[in-house]
Amino acid sequence: MTAALQPGVLFGLCGAALVGIGLFSVVTHPGLLRRIVGCNILGAGIFLVFGAVARRGGAAGFAADPVPQALVITGIVVAFSASALAVALLKRLVEPAADAEETEAAEPRGGP
Amino acid sequence: MSDLADIVTVILVGAGALLFLAGALGLLRFPDTLSRLHAISKADNLGLGLIVLGLLPQATSIGDGLKLLCIWLLAQLSAATASQLLARAVHRGRTAP
Amino acid sequence: MMLLVDIALVAGLLALAAHVVAEADERSAIIAFLSLGLLLGLAWVRLAAPDVALTEIAIGGGGTGILLLRAEAAIRGRGKHEEPVTRTGKLAIAAGCAAISIGLGLAVLSFSSPAPTLAPAAAEALPATGLGNPVTAVLLAYRALDTLLEKVVVLLALIGVWSLAPDAVWGGTPEVRPGEVPGPLAYLARILPPFGVVIGVYMFWVGADAPGGTFQAGTVLAAMWLLVMLAGLRPPPQTAGLPLRLALAGGPVLFLVIAFLGFAFADGFLAYPKAWAKPLIVAIEAALTLSVAAALAMLVAGPARKAPTR
Repeated sequence: MTAALQPGVLFGLCGAALVGIGLFSVVTHPGLLRRIVGCNILGAGIFLVFGAVARRGGAAGFAADPVPQALVITGIVVAFSASALAVALLKRLVEPAADAEETEAAEPRGGP
Repeated sequence: MSDLADIVTVILVGAGALLFLAGALGLLRFPDTLSRLHAISKADNLGLGLIVLGLLPQATSIGDGLKLLCIWLLAQLSAATASQLLARAVHRGRTAP
Repeated sequence: MMLLVDIALVAGLLALAAHVVAEADERSAIIAFLSLGLLLGLAWVRLAAPDVALTEIAIGGGGTGILLLRAEAAIRGRGKHEEPVTRTGKLAIAAGCAAISIGLGLAVLSFSSPAPTLAPAAAEALPATGLGNPVTAVLLAYRALDTLLEKVVVLLALIGVWSLAPDAVWGGTPEVRPGEVPGPLAYLARILPPFGVVIGVYMFWVGADAPGGTFQAGTVLAAMWLLVMLAGLRPPPQTAGLPLRLALAGGPVLFLVIAFLGFAFADGFLAYPKAWAKPLIVAIEAALTLSVAAALAMLVAGPARKAPTR
């Protein structure tokens, strides 16, 4: 039990639980937007596990190891970009078919 | 002297926390959106103000104290705007045919 | 004493995540996800990582929040729905997810002691870079290649988003402003951006020695630009316009130029000459902040919707 009370390990366990919750949402939810949210929760859980690694690696006057922290910052930005692309794809997917007809009429027709 | 500062901090921050609790209780118990907005905005603005006032004796310099006050003013600005927009959306939804 | 705070925070995080997954109404689920981002910021403060806390609250909470809220409003009533999973299917998947969580938790509990750490190496090389914040040093000096590639990934995502515009409107402006702009929003968009820009620039500047840095500052600047566009005070830019593309490409291009100059003036790719380390790093950071701000705002704005004006 006391192993869970070391600095950061509690949040690492929380991250592991968040991974499970997010993964469940990605796989089972019928609506696609909530799956993107689940993906983000999954990512947040993985980042918390990194945070546990960083917190335990505090040495040389730093409270936490700076290298995993930098990796997590990079990860958060990349996760946001991926979410933005997924959201744009989703919006395009549900656009009414009228848009598709307009763009087809605009394209040059080949053939006889 | 710093003992007095600590006592003031504890009292004011405790009062602010109680106000946040009251706001959360109002959010849970009030029947509709407008009254919940009322509970949250009163409690949060005044609660945040009391917490900031309570932290001012602990600030190490005038600059830090001014930053705390800026945080309070900015939070009030955005909370006020958000409450207005939410209330407008609720009102619009009510009067829609 | 702080253990109680940690336990309360963890309980709050798990309860909020379960609520986000189980909630039926889409909009309340997304607002709950936004608050999950804020609570995660608190968790990062407890993990003694204030830079990550700033990034999580700004990008993970605020940025992803507005992205999803706009998506929910656009999709309302038209969402594509997959077949709902049967009850036994859900139980089986829940068992699988629980197994993954337990496995990950056991891995966390069996971390080796003493923990392996790169902190002494980071601390030793810090004076050579002239920086005071070790996380900024890792981002822009020790692992600068990661940051360069990350910026390229953000640009690739932006190109992917732009490529979803219909052919007829390629290069045009995205649609950001709602049909009718409420008065309070216009008021906020006039009052807040000056403060926001000052705060953003301050966060970038102070990131060299204290918590802060490019990505946090870039997000604040992007948020201010988005606020101005949302209130209709400024039209969104043309995606084929030269100023926007220069702003987007400026950061990575400067980064690459300095990286290749490292061959000539220092040890190799992305090496900084000793005396010029800090000025070069600050220059890269400045260009990168502007690029990140432009890219994040354009990612939220979406693909073009109106044909370009010639």
